[in-house]
Amino acid sequence: MRGATAVALGTTVALLGAACAGQGTGSQGGGDESSADTGTITWWHNSNTGEGKEYYDQVAADFEKDHPGTTVEVSAMAHEDMLTKLDAAFQSGDAPDVFMERGGGELADHVEAGLLKDLSEPAADTVDTLGAYMPGFQVDGASYALPFSIGVVGFWYNKSLFEEAGITETPTTMDELYDVVDKLKAAGITPASVGAGDKWPAAHYWYYNVVRQCAADTLDAAIADVDYSDPCFVKAGETLDDTLATEPFNKGFLTTASQTGPTSASGLLASGKVAMELAGHWEPGVMQGLTEDGEGLGEDTGWFPYPSIDGQQGTEGAQMGGGDAWAVSQDAPDVAVEFAQYLLSDEVQQGFAERDMGLPTNPTASASVSDPSLAELLEVRDSAPEIQLYLDTLLGASVGGAMNDAIALQFAGKATPQDVVDAVQSAAEADQ
Amino acid sequence: MTDTVVRSADRARARSADRRPEGRRGRAGVWRQRAEIALFVTPALALLVAFIVVPIATAVQMSLYRWKGFGPMVDFVGLRNYVSVLTNEVFTDAVVHNLIIVAGSILLQLPLGLAIALLLNRKMWGQGLLRTIIFVPYVLAEVIAGVVWFQLLQPQYGVIDTMLAGVGLHGPEQGFLGTPEYALWTVLVVLTWKYLGLAVILFLAGLQGVPDELYEAAQLDGATWWQVQRRITIPLLGPTMRTWGFLSMIGSLQLFDMVWILTGGGPANATTTMATFLVNEGTKRQNFGIAGAASVVLFVIALVLALAYQKFILSRDSKEGGR
Repeated sequence: MRGATAVALGTTVALLGAACAGQGTGSQGGGDESSADTGTITWWHNSNTGEGKEYYDQVAADFEKDHPGTTVEVSAMAHEDMLTKLDAAFQSGDAPDVFMERGGGELADHVEAGLLKDLSEPAADTVDTLGAYMPGFQVDGASYALPFSIGVVGFWYNKSLFEEAGITETPTTMDELYDVVDKLKAAGITPASVGAGDKWPAAHYWYYNVVRQCAADTLDAAIADVDYSDPCFVKAGETLDDTLATEPFNKGFLTTASQTGPTSASGLLASGKVAMELAGHWEPGVMQGLTEDGEGLGEDTGWFPYPSIDGQQGTEGAQMGGGDAWAVSQDAPDVAVEFAQYLLSDEVQQGFAERDMGLPTNPTASASVSDPSLAELLEVRDSAPEIQLYLDTLLGASVGGAMNDAIALQFAGKATPQDVVDAVQSAAEADQ
Repeated sequence: MTDTVVRSADRARARSADRRPEGRRGRAGVWRQRAEIALFVTPALALLVAFIVVPIATAVQMSLYRWKGFGPMVDFVGLRNYVSVLTNEVFTDAVVHNLIIVAGSILLQLPLGLAIALLLNRKMWGQGLLRTIIFVPYVLAEVIAGVVWFQLLQPQYGVIDTMLAGVGLHGPEQGFLGTPEYALWTVLVVLTWKYLGLAVILFLAGLQGVPDELYEAAQLDGATWWQVQRRITIPLLGPTMRTWGFLSMIGSLQLFDMVWILTGGGPANATTTMATFLVNEGTKRQNFGIAGAASVVLFVIALVLALAYQKFILSRDSKEGGR
């Protein structure tokens, strides 16, 4: 008996030792391998179902064919899983060679921690091609990720419900939007849904008001100087108060989820319970997943950009959005940079667009987008004089989270426009 | 595991007492015992260290730094995280919410649980079935129960709103979970539904320990049913109730899953608990230092309350046991 226990204990200790040793050599081994020009590169992406997954497997195989001696290890995982695994990988110092970044403050944090390779030199051509979309993925003028899909946020609406309420034209100013709300209500239709339970969908209203009310350099200066005292930020909140005063949202919106289940904001729009929702380019895909026939709103899907505000200081036609980019980890081999560039090539981006996997950033691929409402959105994006990154992404998790919480409080009638600005200011100071 | 360890240690001690006069060989025996103890204690100790001591130490370490979750932990800030947690209104409100849940759970579940246990303790048809029904919510995974209640409580489309409308009543405009004034109470009701089964089962078990002779004696003396319950059953159920109260208190202090699913701590922070606060700060905002500080505060509060409960309430039971 005692002998058996001793053996068991010995085995446990040995296993523990092996596990620790494994960890040590694992990370060292990775480092050694990485310094070679050819070899294995690891690639994590989130197109883990159907056509998208097949396409990316094909892309990796094509790259291997063109680069003999290189193996691309593809890991396709669900988005949330990928984020969790990435965080863990960053902590353990064992990040994949090519992976997704979302730009802004989060990317800047990763750069500061020395996790990302500077792509300005090795991928100069691609950076040039993507010119307009690069700012959100640069730190101090250096480029750290290559955006492959950038979308803008706008109102997705139900064409037949708008028709039922006698609305013939989509609104272009806030006052027109409020008219639309009144008409929908008069017709007995809930005008809009918002997933304020998740906070960020509600916060998008405030962000867009900031993009409208504040000149672009005002926001840049505020972030750089950590000084949000410009009155335009309070004005943005006041515009939000005006919107909230029209009571456009679904009942119980304070705890409504954004995308999960039929009672989520997207579910309500997909099932015709509300007429519109402010959301990004992912919305048609999400709605398709939430309806039994897999069609979402189908033919009834419409899109219009966030209206302008009278007397706004922001650039006319500026849009707010964001997207995903390919980043290369600091100690990845050079061939990983080549792979990231290949992912942004005309050929790969066209295939990406044809399959409606996102909104391509390579201009040659724009014409390949087949979905009509996405094509409409793409037109607005491409003609936008500037695209402001989602403010929470831009400011990073710490400040962005505090900001979203404060905006959610304003939606609940528990915070004034000034309170929201104060919350952002103090979180930004604490983050210094 | 601990049982085995204690018993083997006792045996070892007894053996060593026998051998003591033998001198030298005795000393060898002492070492042997020590080796034996070490052998038996090591696996349990290793698990304890790996899964309890190290995480607690890491949380304490984390709470002294500003750290975003990756890269080395270098930005030492001393007690600043504690200051910002303890002066944060959201956190102090969360403590209050936790205490409301602690008190509310006991005040609601104790009388309800007792009443149901007394009813179910009587011989009647379908007793087993009723006991099962009462206990089912407790067996259900908390997340599943949370999702079900979240859908039931949906305003306008949810079952509860529809039923209320059927009898001409109106729920709150934004729903029970969406109105800051009602949200915490709604959560409390759901928690009561979920955990009542545990109270009932424990009380029923306690009732089995009340000797029949006492009831017979009381009947001979002509006591009514109420008198029997008040003078005999409830006083003898004391130890069970106090143990249950302890479990309920600790559970309420650590409350997370149900709140996270029903409201996420909202609306307007009306249902934030200490646990949802620290998860939000840690995983959503990447303020791991502040999350660490909040977790240490939660640990201290739970420890102090647990020790106080042991000293002032549970000690009666151990003394009685000693007599």
